[in-house]
Amino acid sequence: MTMLRSAPRLVAVALVAAASALFAADGLDPAQILKPLGDAWPTYSGDYTSRRYSALTEINQTNVKRLGLAWTSRLAAGPGPAVPQPPPAFGPKPSETFVGGVGESDFVGATAVKGGVLAVNGVLYVTAPDNVWALDAQDGRELWHFYWRTRGGTHIGNRGAAMWGNYLFFVTPDDYLISIDARTGRERWHKEIAPFSQQYFLTSAPVVVGNHVMVGTGNDLDSAGYLQSFDPESGELQWKWYAVPMNPGDPGLATWKNLDAARNGGGHPWLPGSYDPETKLYIFGTGNPTPAYTSGARGEGLENLYTCAIVAVHVDTGKMAWYFQTSPHDTHDWDSAQTPILVDGTINGKPRKLVVTASRNGYYFTIDRLTGERLVTSKFSDTANWADGLNDKGQPKRIPAKDHHVGGALVSSNNSGATNWPPQAFSPDTGLLYVPSAEAYAMYYLTETDPRGAMGLGGKDEVGVATMGSYITAIDYKTGRTVWRHRFQTVAGNAGRAPGLLVTAGKLLFGGDISGNFFAMDPANGSLLWHARIGAVSNAPQTYRVGGRQHVLVAAGDTLYSFALYQ
Amino acid sequence: MYVIVFSAVVACAAVTRSRTVGLTCLGTWALSALLTAQQAPAPPEGGRGRIGGAGIGAYPVRPPGDPAALERGTVAFKTNCAFCHGQDARGGDGGPSLLRSALVLADQNGELIGPVLEQGRGAMPKFAFKPDQVADLAVFLHAFRVAGYDVSRQKPPTILVGDAKAGQAYFNEACGACHSASGDLRGLASRITDERVLQQSWLMPGSMAGRGAPPPARPRPPTVAVTEPGQAPVTGTLNRIDDFVVSLTTAGGDYRSFRITPRTKVDVSDALAPHKDLLRKYTDADIHNVTAFLATLK
Repeated sequence: MTMLRSAPRLVAVALVAAASALFAADGLDPAQILKPLGDAWPTYSGDYTSRRYSALTEINQTNVKRLGLAWTSRLAAGPGPAVPQPPPAFGPKPSETFVGGVGESDFVGATAVKGGVLAVNGVLYVTAPDNVWALDAQDGRELWHFYWRTRGGTHIGNRGAAMWGNYLFFVTPDDYLISIDARTGRERWHKEIAPFSQQYFLTSAPVVVGNHVMVGTGNDLDSAGYLQSFDPESGELQWKWYAVPMNPGDPGLATWKNLDAARNGGGHPWLPGSYDPETKLYIFGTGNPTPAYTSGARGEGLENLYTCAIVAVHVDTGKMAWYFQTSPHDTHDWDSAQTPILVDGTINGKPRKLVVTASRNGYYFTIDRLTGERLVTSKFSDTANWADGLNDKGQPKRIPAKDHHVGGALVSSNNSGATNWPPQAFSPDTGLLYVPSAEAYAMYYLTETDPRGAMGLGGKDEVGVATMGSYITAIDYKTGRTVWRHRFQTVAGNAGRAPGLLVTAGKLLFGGDISGNFFAMDPANGSLLWHARIGAVSNAPQTYRVGGRQHVLVAAGDTLYSFALYQ
Repeated sequence: MYVIVFSAVVACAAVTRSRTVGLTCLGTWALSALLTAQQAPAPPEGGRGRIGGAGIGAYPVRPPGDPAALERGTVAFKTNCAFCHGQDARGGDGGPSLLRSALVLADQNGELIGPVLEQGRGAMPKFAFKPDQVADLAVFLHAFRVAGYDVSRQKPPTILVGDAKAGQAYFNEACGACHSASGDLRGLASRITDERVLQQSWLMPGSMAGRGAPPPARPRPPTVAVTEPGQAPVTGTLNRIDDFVVSLTTAGGDYRSFRITPRTKVDVSDALAPHKDLLRKYTDADIHNVTAFLATLK
C-alpha cells in the first residue's frame, strides 16, 4: 500500500507519547462487540443487534430530571492552522491535525456529525466527512484530529468509524477506505474501494466482525451497489457482494429488463448492518434501484433484485443466504438501506430469531432472520398513498399512477420518506421498535418524456406540498401495530424527523426533535420526561460509562454535548 | 459549472460553423439536448451530487475538448455508432447508453474505448477506427454532462392536463366555502402566470414551487391563544411552537413567550388546515382539473 500524500503537515512529538499513555494497550478486541451494550460503544450501532438498547441504568426515570451538561466539545474541521502553532509553555499539549488525501480540495460546507461515535477505553472517536477526531470521553478534550484533503464526491454525511485492535477505519466521499492508528491519529494506509470516475461516494460506517471490515457503497449515477469486506491489517479485499446481477446467469437477472439495466441498477447498501454470531450472517439493507424515477428502462413491473431489500450474507464468504424485498421495483428513491435490528422474540407463542425494520416507503416488517421468511407487514405511515395493499409475499403493491405525472402526482411520502437513515431503536423491556418518522406530501412531476427516461435521480421534479407531522412511532414487533405515536408540536412548514434514537434499561428513550430539543421520553407511552434545547440535533444519542459515571452523548452540528447526572 | 457552460458555447460555435451544420447540430436534437443539459441551472449546493459550500461540482468536470476534434467525433459517432447507441449516446434499441458506461466514464482519451472498438464486444462488431478517430470519439462522448441529477431534455410543454369544466365543479363544491372565482381569486391566473406555481400555490399557499420558480406568496400565519392558569388568554400570531415553548406576537407588536406546562392551554388556529385536510382526499385528476379551471381566471 503506497502512501501518496499522507505525511502529516505537523510533526507530532511529545503528544504521541503523552497520548499513548491514555489508551489501553490492546485497543478493541472484536469479541468485545459481541457483548450486550454497556460501558463502551464499540461499533456504529453500539452492538451487533443494532437495538441501541443500553444496559446502563445509572440515569433512569427516577433521576432524569437531574440530567445536566457535563461538557461540550466543538469540532474544527479542515486542515488546521496554516502556520503551526508553537506548543504552550505550560499546560496540556494542543491537539494536532494530521493531513492526508490525494486531492487538493477542501469541503467547506457546515460541519455536521451525522453518525455514530465510538467510545472505547475512555476515548471517543467521532467523524464528519473527511474528518476524524479523538476526544477524551471524560471531558471531551481533543486528543488528535485527522483530515483528508478531498478530490470531490458527495459530502452528504459520514456515519462513523469502526475499530479493530488499535486501528480505526473510515471512508471518504472520494471513495477511500482509510486506516488510522487510534493511538496517534496517523494514517496507516488508504485504499480506493470504488471507482471515483463512476461518481461513487462513501458515507457508511464500516462494521468489524472478527477479521472482516465491511463497508458498502453510495452512488446516484446508475452504478451497481456493493458490500465489500477487507482485511483489517492489510486492507486487502476478502469478498465483494453485488446488490444487482452483474453477469449472465447471475441470480435475479430475470427481474431486470436486461443485463445492462441490472448492472446499472443501484441498490447501494449505504448504512451499516447487523450481525448474528450464531448463524454468522451479516444482515443489512439495500438502496433504491436506478434510474430512480423513470423506471421503464429497468423493465416495467419487474422486481429489480436485490434493490430495496433486507439481505443476509455469510460474513466469511459474502455469499447471500436470503433476502426479502421491502419495495419491489421502487420508483421514488425510497431506499431500504436503514440499519435493521435483530430481536430474539416470540411469534404466536414460539420463540423466533427475528429481524425488524421500518422502511422509508412507510411499511414495517418482521422477518425470520434464519430463513428470510416474512412474518409481519404493516403500514406505519398514515399518509403513504403510493401502494394498494400487500401482495401474497407481504410486499406493498405499487400503484404505477403514483410514480409521477406530467401534470403532477400527489404522493406521500416525499422523497425523504416516512423514515430514513436515522437509527431506529428497540427495547426488550417494552417489545417496541421506536421509529423516527414523518408524514409529508409532494407533487412528483414527470419532466422527461423521452421514453428511454433519465439517468440517476433525473426525469422528475419533486415539489414539496406539506408536512403533516414529525413523529416518534412505537411499533409492536409481534403484530406490526403502532402502540403509540408522539407527534411533535411545530409550526406549519417544519419538515423532518428525529435524527435517531437511543433506549436504555433505565427506561428512557432519548432523541432530538425538529425544533432543536434533545429529549428523554418514557418508552412505554411517549410522555416527555426531560429536555434541553441545544440546537438542531444531528445524530442518534448514545450512552457510555467512564470514570464511574454514565454519560449521554449527542451531536448538534459541529458540537458534541455530553450529559450526566448533576453531582 | 462555469467550465461546462463555456464548453457548451465552444461546442455549438464549432459545429454551427461547419458545413454539415444540418446534420450535426441544429437539425438533430442530440446536440441541442447536450446544450440544454449543459446550460441548465446548477442544483442547489450541498447534499447529494454536490460537494457543497463552495459551489463547486462534487465530481471533476472534464476540460472542454478541441472543437475540431469534437466536430470530427460527432460525425464519426453519428455515422458509425448512433444506429445502435442513439444520436445522443443514451442508448437505442440495439445498444446500451454509453454515458453511464463504467468504461466510458473511466476513459480519458480513448485508451479504454479503443480496444472495445477494435475487438468488438458481445453483439457489437469490430470497428476499424484509426487511433485519431478513437480520440475524436472520446472527445464526443466526454462532452456530455453526466451527473446523478440528470437534466431533462424533452420537457413537456405544459403541466395543464386537466378538464377546466370538471375542475370548476370540483372547486365549487370543495373550495367554495372559503374561496370565490369572482372574489378573492379573481384574476388569479394573471397574477400567477407559471402553471406549476399556480398549482402548487392553490394546493398549499406558501409552499415552494420548485427550483427557479418565483418565491411563494406568504400565507397567513396561524394565530394562537395561550391561557395560563388563572390568567386571561393572550392572543396573537404564532411565531413558533414546540413541545415545551410557544411564542407569539400580539396585535400590539409585543413578543410573548410561554413555557408549556400541563396546565397551559394552547389553541392554534391555522387557516390553512382545510388545505391540509384536502390532501388526503384529492385524486390527481381532481388536482389537474382544478388547476385547469384556475388557469382560466385571467
